[in-house]
Amino acid sequence: MITPARSGRSDFEAIAARVAPGSSVLDLGCGDGQLLDYLKQQRRVRGYGVEIDDANVLACVKNGVNVIQSDLERGLAGFDAGTFDYVILSQTLQAMRHTEDIVMEMLRVGRQGIVTFPNFGHWESRLQVMAGRMPVSQALPYQWYDTPNVHLCTINDFEAFCASHGIRVLERVVLRNGRPVTLLPNLLGTLAVFRFEKRT
Amino acid sequence: MGTAALDQSVGAVKAQTMRFDTPLVFRSGAVLDQYELAYETYGALNSDKSNAVLVCHALNASHHVAGWYEGQPDNIGWWDNMIGPGKPLDTNRFFVVGVNNLGGCFGSTGPASINPKTGKPHGSSFPVVTVVDWVEAQARLADRLGIARFAAVMGGSLGAMQALQWTIDHPGRIGSAVVIAAAPKLSAQNIAFNEVARQAITTDPDFRGGDFYQHGVVPRRGLRLARMIGHITYLSDDAMMEKFGRTLSAESIRYHFDVDFEVESYLRYQGDKFAEYFDANTYLLITRALDYFDPAQAAGGDLARALSAARAKFFVASFTSDWRFAPERSREIVKALLDNRADVSYAEIDAPHGHDAFLLDDPRYHALVRAWFDNIHAAL
Repeated sequence: MITPARSGRSDFEAIAARVAPGSSVLDLGCGDGQLLDYLKQQRRVRGYGVEIDDANVLACVKNGVNVIQSDLERGLAGFDAGTFDYVILSQTLQAMRHTEDIVMEMLRVGRQGIVTFPNFGHWESRLQVMAGRMPVSQALPYQWYDTPNVHLCTINDFEAFCASHGIRVLERVVLRNGRPVTLLPNLLGTLAVFRFEKRT
Repeated sequence: MGTAALDQSVGAVKAQTMRFDTPLVFRSGAVLDQYELAYETYGALNSDKSNAVLVCHALNASHHVAGWYEGQPDNIGWWDNMIGPGKPLDTNRFFVVGVNNLGGCFGSTGPASINPKTGKPHGSSFPVVTVVDWVEAQARLADRLGIARFAAVMGGSLGAMQALQWTIDHPGRIGSAVVIAAAPKLSAQNIAFNEVARQAITTDPDFRGGDFYQHGVVPRRGLRLARMIGHITYLSDDAMMEKFGRTLSAESIRYHFDVDFEVESYLRYQGDKFAEYFDANTYLLITRALDYFDPAQAAGGDLARALSAARAKFFVASFTSDWRFAPERSREIVKALLDNRADVSYAEIDAPHGHDAFLLDDPRYHALVRAWFDNIHAAL
């Protein structure tokens, strides 16, 4: 699986705000390591990225970010349970084939998970589907035939997923243009940020 | 080799020898009162002596890492594609040290060297040497060269094991470990292949219990077989098929047991060549050093605990088609480092050549090593 390019730094701040200073972080599908670099600077985290793509692994090395080349679709077998304070999946969830497995793996390896994803429930997407076409937008810039996104979901979908998979949502922030949306988030928000843990 | 590659060579180099008179106590308890180490250096040591990189060799290589010898333009260093001006390990920036390990046969004290106590070659009495002993000898060489701390220690295969051992034995003397195509210890299968190779040598009648020098013979048949079996494990099945297929050396099969297939001819050629220059006792010693390498052993089998004192930044790389030291083996190292929260990056390079890939100039692999050393240089 190749990590889709991250749409700027829209979710970086939102993630950093949810990461405790000096904590340990595993960033799944870390791309060129920008988020980890940001968290290192802003939160002094001890961070590692997981990435499959050769060019991204090289970019991480160039950026001085710790990176482990590995295929997320094969799980996190190389990592022990409870190794990290946070396991982050930033705008990669929707491109994973084994979605359930990776979320469960996040909570095995990390004490908390942080997931960000484009909200498919945004009104623009809904309008385009109603008009009879697959949605194409700034947050979802692909055509149906070339999209890496195989598991798109809405904010409500992800909440239902958490409820049915023994996951307690600790925090949910919905963003539009980098700003929080509180009114009708599933309709007006473009990007969702969830922080969660295993229900005990 | 293209002209561009020639332009990037360190050029003509000279081997040097350092003599040591402080006894070295081996892990086995054996002692060598005096010994010499053959080494080469490329590039210049900077004023604060912070840019030194030690390159450790694997089974059949030496201190001749880069460049060529005067009058021998074909005698090119074994990692010349990696090391030189403008190359991934750039000798315009770094002072690179290559050393022939103790027990070797390329200039350092080894089984063929004369034992001053007897006036005869050490032969079978040469101490069984371990990776720990090599690292100790390398550290002493560093002392003599005025290198308090290496910016990096780098190696592939058995060379990578030495880099790993450096991070454990001298955590304050190594900034970065470049660990390519390694394993934290040999598997039973790895040891088994080594044992076949050793048996080939020790059962050669010309081996004479290891003291063949005095008899004016060389156990060529044994060395040849050892090299042939070793060579098979360095290549992947696909690489061999690609290179030789089932191509015949004649027009058709000849219903005999001499060479029919190209691969047979190739192995015989490699074996013959090797038997001409390599020492049989050195082969035994080096394969044994491989077998015994197991840094976790001293920590109750816990590799993470063994590496807990390491402070180096690690770059670990493996090759997908390497079945001698498969990627899983490198992942064991990575996992132990993660458990320690050590700085580590790991690349799994999709290359078809098998274990030998670490010696070839795959562009992705070299780009990673280049980027790694760029960062080391930037932090000097």
